[in-house]
Amino acid sequence: MVLFFIASGLSLIFGVTRVVNFAHGSFYMLAAYLAYTLAAALPLGGASFYVAVALAALAVGALGTVVEVGLLRRVYRAPELYQLLLTFALVLVVSDVVKLVWGSENKTGPSAPGLGGAVRIAGQLVPTYDLALIALGPCVAAALWWLLYRTRWGVLIRAATLDREMVALLGVDQARLFTGVFALGSLLAGLAGALQVPRQALTTVMDAAIITEAFVVVVVGGMGSVPGALLAAVVIGVIDAFGVLVLPRASLVLTFVVMAVVLVVRPWGLLGRPEAQARSAGGAITAGRGVGVPRWLIAVLVAVLLVVPPLLPTFYVWVLVEILAFALFAASLHLLMGTGGMVSFGHAAAFGLGAYGAALLVRWAKAPMLVALAAAPVTAALAAVVIGFFCVRLSSIYFAMLTLAFAQIAYAIVHQWYDVTGGDNGLLGIWPAPWLASPVRYYYLALAACGAGLAALAAIGRAPFGLTLRAARDHARRAEAVGIDVHAHQWRAFVVAGFFGGLAGGTFVFLKGSVFPESLAVPVSVEPLVMVLLGGVHSLAGAPLGAALYKLLDTVVTRYTEYWQLVLGVILVALVLVFPRGILGVLGARERG
Amino acid sequence: MSARRAVATLAAAVTLVAAAPCAAQAPIRIGEINSFSGIGAPFTGPYRQAIEMAVEEVNARGGVLGRKVEVLFRDDKGQPAEAVKHAQELVASEKVSLISGTFLSNVGLAVSDWAKQNRTLFVAAEPLTEAITWAKGHDHVFRVRPNTYEQGRMLAEKAGKLKYVKWATIGPNYEYGKRAWETFRDRLKELKPDVQVVGEHWPTLGKLEAGPFVTAILNQNPDALYVSLFGSDWIAFVREAKKRGLFDKTFVVGILLGEPEYIDPLGLEAPEGMLVTGYPWYDIGAPPHKDFVARFTKKYDKNPVLGSLVGYVTYLSIFEAIRKAGSTDTDKLVAAFRGLRVETPIGPISYRASDGQSTMGAWVGTTKLDARRGVGIMVNHEYVPGEKVLPSDDDVKKLRSGN
Repeated sequence: MVLFFIASGLSLIFGVTRVVNFAHGSFYMLAAYLAYTLAAALPLGGASFYVAVALAALAVGALGTVVEVGLLRRVYRAPELYQLLLTFALVLVVSDVVKLVWGSENKTGPSAPGLGGAVRIAGQLVPTYDLALIALGPCVAAALWWLLYRTRWGVLIRAATLDREMVALLGVDQARLFTGVFALGSLLAGLAGALQVPRQALTTVMDAAIITEAFVVVVVGGMGSVPGALLAAVVIGVIDAFGVLVLPRASLVLTFVVMAVVLVVRPWGLLGRPEAQARSAGGAITAGRGVGVPRWLIAVLVAVLLVVPPLLPTFYVWVLVEILAFALFAASLHLLMGTGGMVSFGHAAAFGLGAYGAALLVRWAKAPMLVALAAAPVTAALAAVVIGFFCVRLSSIYFAMLTLAFAQIAYAIVHQWYDVTGGDNGLLGIWPAPWLASPVRYYYLALAACGAGLAALAAIGRAPFGLTLRAARDHARRAEAVGIDVHAHQWRAFVVAGFFGGLAGGTFVFLKGSVFPESLAVPVSVEPLVMVLLGGVHSLAGAPLGAALYKLLDTVVTRYTEYWQLVLGVILVALVLVFPRGILGVLGARERG
Repeated sequence: MSARRAVATLAAAVTLVAAAPCAAQAPIRIGEINSFSGIGAPFTGPYRQAIEMAVEEVNARGGVLGRKVEVLFRDDKGQPAEAVKHAQELVASEKVSLISGTFLSNVGLAVSDWAKQNRTLFVAAEPLTEAITWAKGHDHVFRVRPNTYEQGRMLAEKAGKLKYVKWATIGPNYEYGKRAWETFRDRLKELKPDVQVVGEHWPTLGKLEAGPFVTAILNQNPDALYVSLFGSDWIAFVREAKKRGLFDKTFVVGILLGEPEYIDPLGLEAPEGMLVTGYPWYDIGAPPHKDFVARFTKKYDKNPVLGSLVGYVTYLSIFEAIRKAGSTDTDKLVAAFRGLRVETPIGPISYRASDGQSTMGAWVGTTKLDARRGVGIMVNHEYVPGEKVLPSDDDVKKLRSGN
């Protein structure tokens, strides 16, 4: 039921504002800690806990309002995805704030007074608190239903979920509607977090643990549908609880497999509706025009990258290799999300499978390093053929979540297949051939591989294929009307992006010497997303720029402070506010000014 | 892009300037990589504090070999690739003499492999996987804490003397959980051939939905349950298990669960009567240890946890190795670590020449509530030194042969 509370809030927020709110899990965590402290501090005896839950939920709802008015509202005119970048920065900030205020030790909150026991049902003891939550779920669902179906505000929300441009045209004040929805959504996240206190430990990673699950529930239920969220929360809850007992090896992915099946069969979730007018996730990306990078600048850059590294301290050569790998990785994602308008939350699959493709060849076939490196993009591209086949049929957030599901499935396979992949202990000893082992030599290899990849991606973007993709992105129906097979083109783009993502992964694995399932995990999918947005989604050059900026910031900040998440998060917020369309996006606009 | 260069050049310049004035009496630099954020954070905080205390103390006495000691801390964020990046930076830019630390097993393995490739000394403090010193062991790695195998065997030696026949287990679905159970089960079956296993449960790490697992375990009706859950999973499990009466019916053996890291957050909800490995700092009477606890408590106004002891012992070992080597040269340090003997607050330990594993042991005891402090403690505990449970040098050779 807790899953339902958090997911219904997330669903409402996305349905109306189209904000992919990564910070939803952070609000949940914050409320749990607030309730923990308040319950101990309030002098109300047995009632303290319940008052604390209410206060924590309200406080987080208020915080949501402040965030919406103070931050998100400033970037609504930017492409929608920039709010995603902002919420990602908030995740970092909240995480360190919690650590600063409450410390990083795990905490055990109070149990709910009067509901600490258990009753016997059908021979099993069932905790009364769980029963109370099960009862509370439908009550909250009913309250939300009343709000959505019996009040004017609710009518507006439902209308905005279906077609918010139309609602705006009819003269509804969108700003107030958005603030209200965001506050309500945050309040629900807060309620979920506070109610979790008697059941689970409080940890500084509880935000990350819940957020993907919440997204899964939202998507399985159907975006913006509260009954859908309720149904999906029950389905996912049951699978989580009992599926792992039956199929322990699949416990990592069971929910994602279910999500994948639901999305393949019903691309709008169980109770969702197809969007009234097919707009791609890149809807707002269409507004922008690419920013060209002058040829002389590229020439200077290439010259610098060729000449300077031998003069740099060794560590910076290694950092440059890492930046090159991520520049290519981000650029390959740019082909999907910038050129193709398909936002992927699972691009880590390409990176990780490329890395594993190379590493497995070295480990089991004792393949020469260059052969293994060449195999990396091929492995990833082959996987992309399969994954892309299913994914390109979906649009917007459903596409994103299906890519995430496949990435998680790949993660689980790699994690559990001990005999071949080494499981969570990974594959070690994947080093470059001796003649390439010196940092500068490996750097030149990486420069050649990633430089060629970037050049190829740039050429693809300018070629008829790239222009066709753009046409499909800007208006899928019109593109189809002039005879373009949209899905076939998107599928090909997916494979190409997988290929270059895999090459980036292969370059990375020989830099690190080892590979672990983490290379397929969610953070690796989020990083290139952040990089592309930071640099500017309208231009391919934004991806390497974003990659360089993000990696350098990260490297420097982590080195000088323990609270790198706080510092990095604040810098990112500032960057988004100053460059609300990415650095190149804003510079380009100024140039045209 | 020119900004990138500028930052790099600037950073390099800063390093040079910082290093220049003390060239005559340059401090000994040590790189410490650990998971200071993310899932490792609850444990690595007190670990870091103890290291800072050890360094302060040694510097107050004039340092090591007449040189001050300086530790550079880096957060690996729980990511192996990030840890390798720090290792590269610490060795190439900061010129550290050796790398220490890591908490998660996979991060430890990644750094260890990097150290092997780059011929750098790595002192693995906390990661528990046996692979670090055995299957993936090499000349340049040493490990401080008793590994999964040792702790599993310590518990099996005790459990083998008990009457319980039907066993079940629950642990996180990754290498640690699986090995913690296998080493325990195998030894238990040797000691008590009539042991039966009635259920094995492997929930996802950090995502335990405890209720259904508790019910499933109760339905299998084991006499005893072996638990390798920890952290937030363990807390969630205890809460659901108590409500459903599991601890009244089933004897519980818990690896690591007597460590203050895991038992303190439970407060008075900690289950009594469990057989656990852990660290009863409140009860260890040896004067050097009492003194260590007093200094730590005075400095940080809180109790030490096992991480604090491990951090302190790790750095005492490093100082001792540098003294023995008479230099910070890697080859000499590696040679010094082989068979190194160190006086620690819990008595002398040594680093085995065959595999680089220290002989630091662990305490095995039974849990009980201490109403005065409001937490669970260990009673009837016994310190089991590593020598008692570690495989012989010949067996180690076999374990390392596939490498």
